[in-house]
Amino acid sequence: MTLRLIFTGLALLMCSVAEAASPVDVYHFDTAQQQQRYRALIEEFRCPKCLNTNIAGSDAPIAQDLRKAVHRLVVLEQYTDQQVRDYLQARYGDFVLYDPPFTQRTWLIWMVPLCLGLLVLAVLFSLQRRARRHATIELNAQDQSRLKAFLEDD
Amino acid sequence: MKRLKSFVPLAIFIAIVVVSYVGFSLGDRHQLPSALLDQAFPEFSAPLLYEPNRTVTRSDLVGRPTLVNVWATWCPTCKAEHDVLMEIAAISDIVLVGLNYKDERQKALAWLADYGDPYDLVMSDEEGIIGVDLGVYGAPETFLLDAQGRIVYKRVGDINKRIWRGELLPRLRDMGVTTRSSSEL
Repeated sequence: MTLRLIFTGLALLMCSVAEAASPVDVYHFDTAQQQQRYRALIEEFRCPKCLNTNIAGSDAPIAQDLRKAVHRLVVLEQYTDQQVRDYLQARYGDFVLYDPPFTQRTWLIWMVPLCLGLLVLAVLFSLQRRARRHATIELNAQDQSRLKAFLEDD
Repeated sequence: MKRLKSFVPLAIFIAIVVVSYVGFSLGDRHQLPSALLDQAFPEFSAPLLYEPNRTVTRSDLVGRPTLVNVWATWCPTCKAEHDVLMEIAAISDIVLVGLNYKDERQKALAWLADYGDPYDLVMSDEEGIIGVDLGVYGAPETFLLDAQGRIVYKRVGDINKRIWRGELLPRLRDMGVTTRSSSEL
């Protein structure tokens, strides 16, 4: 019990540290909904400079600029979410979308997992079939009567 | 069948090697393909570095092949690149436009005074707004525009001897820009 409390405390502490470390920008929003959309959008885009962070979680100057751009588009330009996505994609390419569209250039990254999945299914299927074949043992009359004796012996 | 099966691990190994080889030789992951390649240079309006009261727009860059170089005094690679730009300015008739990116005006002016000014025109983008429109994510970045203002080539990183010879010079020749040979480049 005590241990659990300690772990919970530690986890909470880590959360608060992470919260404190995340970059803070001061922006004005007209509505709470705008703010929500802004938050969701900055979570969605990948920072072009720091390959494995989104623009919400990065301190890189370019991430700050992109957050500013998203804020401007949402609040001043009244863009829809999709228009914001298109805006950034037009300038920074598919790279900023964590969810790349299916195109001539990206078909491989979409198809490989699918093919691997099919391969795994095929292997599993053939293994199972073999296991079933090995599992059935033909008993002759003698074996049958011995088995019966065993069972009745109980 | 059994003999064939003993080759399965080898086949998997070879597959991993091939995929890794291709994957790791795909080039620098930090070099994003430009979304703006073959597109028109975006519309913009920027103050001149020397005369902040005057602004330039896209139409000022159209008409002749132009090299737009995004630079800043906080960027060490820009310093390395500066000598090459000076040389390019000296040996070619290409229009060199500098975009001073997220920088302080005084520092930028001091830089050009100290190291020389290779640019025909220097614009400033203190807030990085034009930078976002250009898909800039670091400095230096350089865009080559044809006479119609279309982006025909983009370089993320410094312009060096290799890039000049391999990428820029052939394109400039294709566009009919006069260049003289240089022992430096």
